[in-house]
Amino acid sequence: MSDFLQHVINGLSAGTIYALVALGYTMVYGVLKLINFAHGDVMMMGTYVGYASALQFKQRGGFGMASVLAIFFLSMAACAAVGWLIERFAYRPLREKPKLTALITAIGISFAVSYGFQMDWGFLPGPNPRAFPEVIRRQPWLTLLDGEVTLWNWQVISFAVALGLMAGLQYLVFRTRFGRAMRAVSHDHRTAALLGIHTDRVIAVTFMLGSALAAGAGILFAIKDVKIEPLMGTQQGLKAFVAAVIGGIGNVPGAVVGAVLLGLVEEFVVGYTASSWRDAVAFGFLILVLLLRPEGLFGRVTAEKV
Amino acid sequence: MSGVGSAGSERPAELLLECQGLHVAYGAIQAVRGVSLSVRKGEVVALIGRNGAGKTSLLRAVSGMLRPADGRITLEGKDITGMPSHLLVARGMAHAPEGRGIFPNLTVEENLGLGAWLRTDADGVAADEAWVLSLFPRLKERWAAAAGTLSGGEQQMLAISRALMSRPRLLLLDEPSLGLAPQVIQLIFRILADVNGKGVSILLVEQNAHLALNLAGHAYVLETGEVAMEGAGKALLQSEDVRRAYLGE
Ligand SMILES: Nc1ncnc2c1ncn2[C@@H]1O[C@H](COP(=O)(O)OP(=O)(O)OP(=O)(O)O)[C@@H](O)[C@H]1O
Ligand SMILES: [Mg+2]
Repeated sequence: MSDFLQHVINGLSAGTIYALVALGYTMVYGVLKLINFAHGDVMMMGTYVGYASALQFKQRGGFGMASVLAIFFLSMAACAAVGWLIERFAYRPLREKPKLTALITAIGISFAVSYGFQMDWGFLPGPNPRAFPEVIRRQPWLTLLDGEVTLWNWQVISFAVALGLMAGLQYLVFRTRFGRAMRAVSHDHRTAALLGIHTDRVIAVTFMLGSALAAGAGILFAIKDVKIEPLMGTQQGLKAFVAAVIGGIGNVPGAVVGAVLLGLVEEFVVGYTASSWRDAVAFGFLILVLLLRPEGLFGRVTAEKV
Repeated sequence: MSGVGSAGSERPAELLLECQGLHVAYGAIQAVRGVSLSVRKGEVVALIGRNGAGKTSLLRAVSGMLRPADGRITLEGKDITGMPSHLLVARGMAHAPEGRGIFPNLTVEENLGLGAWLRTDADGVAADEAWVLSLFPRLKERWAAAAGTLSGGEQQMLAISRALMSRPRLLLLDEPSLGLAPQVIQLIFRILADVNGKGVSILLVEQNAHLALNLAGHAYVLETGEVAMEGAGKALLQSEDVRRAYLGE
């Protein structure tokens, strides 16, 4: 019983972070019908921006509420800028070209960034893992069943940040004028343009939002796992992508559900077998879902009237 | 090209839209080949022709969905050739595209609202919304429904209403009668006449030549990307060639 509960806690905590990354894949896929394989690497860059700013704060006397918020903000802003650059200069020129061209470009950017960051000159961090500073002092927040189950303070914070960001996104997409335009562009950008919507701008902002969410997730991963390295984006990104596909790529609630499920399944399989199974779980789960529901859990095969 | 009955038909003097020597191509496929046509202020102009004649391609070039390979398009005297769609809306053009182009996952309300995307006059938008709902009361009954659940006729009503929500001076319609029951078609054409009465000029692409030529002051017949005939709508209705080729007589 205590094991079970602990796995649920850990699974949810990992799953909500995956969800933030998965949302970026699904949003970009929504507006561009492109799998942005560089998304995980954007997350990694955000984590390093967070790392660099955390070091600065540490030198200046430690972490308070304000500095933690600043770390999130800096890293999210940096990633929004990176997302804008990638969209503007890599994907936009290819928009009317075959999808494969953009896909290959995405993979190219991913490699360039993840291996570029392993170089050791200038601001680049080099191949060795770094330890993310302890921006939130780890403390049990709640212990249950005579101390056998622990809910950590950072898990609570991570959970709250992830839910807050998701709620914000949900509100933006379904309740605001911009969100309405986003949904229109995602269905058909040519028709959206016929109504006066500046589709390039909507797509660019979508990229920036997705990238900023990824940066937030990167910091949460770093708080959770401590270790950060240039290849973390490829690893975690791929799993978040799997989560988005499980939920039905292009579907916002689907990405969240897929990611939380993935977090739980991964945690349970690892908890009850061996941790070497962790990475196999994601893809096993993906294959299983796609066999049973090729469109993903929430994906719809939309039938449109002609 | 032959003019039919042009002697007696007076078109309004003021030009709204003019295409000169327009070419549209998809790679090697030439869809529109040197078309010149005009819409004068206050007119309904019909564009008829068989499947694949290039009607949709022409509308797409006019509304900026496609960049023409050659030729010139002017709106109210200003060159708009190759201008992107979203800028043309601000200049008074609305295009209800082939296949209606409604957003199935958005509600009727949201679809209509998007039609007024660029407008900032909340009162005017509310008044226009009331107006289109008085034209198509059926839409009010389906107000909160996802547009994808509407019937074909309701979707067409929504597509036309949404185009009107930008308060256009020029309305481009691509086959509004396609796939609809006769009563619905009658309704829609009555309303188009109403809309035109309010001063909105219309460029109407139609397969249903009979209805289109009855409504239109002026009309063009497109054959394999070229204007084969033009003239007053009523005059084309009387023409032997048109009757044989497009009215099934
Ligand atoms: N996206 C496209 N790619 C390639 N060729 C196209 C494309 N769209 C249209 N065409 C071709 O261009 C020509 C004109 O097509 P268009 O859709 O303009 O005709 P239309 O008059 O609107 O026909 P319909 O009455 O069937 O709607 C056709 O030969 C068509 O096959
Ligand atoms: Mg057509």
